[in-house]
Amino acid sequence: MRVGVITFPGSLDDRDAQRAVRLAGAEPVALWHGSHDLEGVDALILPGGFSYGDYLRCGAIASLSPIMTEVVDAANRGMPVLGICNGFQMLTEAHLLEGGLIRNDHGAFICRDQVLRIENDSTDWTGEFEAGEQITIPLKNGEGGFIADDETLDRLEGEGRVVFRYVDVNPNGSLRDIAGITNARGNVVGLMPHPEHAVEPGFGPDTAVAMRSGVDGLRFFTSVIQRTLASV
Amino acid sequence: MPTIVVDVMPKPELLDPQGKAVAGALTRTGHSLVTGVRQGKRFEITVDGPIDEAVRAEIRTIAEEILSNSVIEDVVAIDFGDAVGDDDANAGA
Repeated sequence: MRVGVITFPGSLDDRDAQRAVRLAGAEPVALWHGSHDLEGVDALILPGGFSYGDYLRCGAIASLSPIMTEVVDAANRGMPVLGICNGFQMLTEAHLLEGGLIRNDHGAFICRDQVLRIENDSTDWTGEFEAGEQITIPLKNGEGGFIADDETLDRLEGEGRVVFRYVDVNPNGSLRDIAGITNARGNVVGLMPHPEHAVEPGFGPDTAVAMRSGVDGLRFFTSVIQRTLASV
Repeated sequence: MPTIVVDVMPKPELLDPQGKAVAGALTRTGHSLVTGVRQGKRFEITVDGPIDEAVRAEIRTIAEEILSNSVIEDVVAIDFGDAVGDDDANAGA
């Protein structure tokens, strides 16, 4: 199982995503935005960061990168694609996911360990969770307010395509507390919080058991491995 | 060299935290006449040669598909540097 992690100019969390893939038991493959070659990977991650300095709109210029042609094709063929934070913004700009992300309603950058509720446990990236389960992973963004028109929001809700919802605190003004969504097929998932920062004891969020011991993010990556192995 | 100006604004129904922050600063500095600020983007585009209908069509496409994201923004005006302006952008807003 090989999982590609695409590095764009200004990506920050590409190495963390590669490490998460390795800890989950798959082989990470570093891919470059300027290439047209996905190198035969089985799944793709668009990592967090500030591609192109958030110029124009967050993720907008990266969504026009050469490799995005292949990403869109692969996503439409059913390849699992996960967009984290800036990667989620890219997926909306590339029209692989609906809605958009705007500046946090309170105007400030936010960094906190965030509780999420798993709303959909049947996507390629959430199969190892239970619907209704609450997890804690880090959130860090300045423009994470998820917005869409009411019709789109109703459709996403009706089709079970809201995958993650913020619990306790809505940290950025996202409509209906939406933290992440999926496409109709369930192979493309985008979210603002960062599962790749909660994969290794000692470096994750605090838990009731011990400081920094939270590894709730690891199951995103084991989920896609299980799904891929089950399909071959 | 002709300059084309494209103006993009956040959709009116969406919160504009940048404009809100600017308005807050104006209030704090005593400019009490200001009741609201919304902040958008202005693009100045230069092209070679005359601005014919083909150029206009391409600029409209660029404005709608790349310079703005129709989920969160509207193209509110395209000024091709002549008196005619562009009503299409306003119609689409």
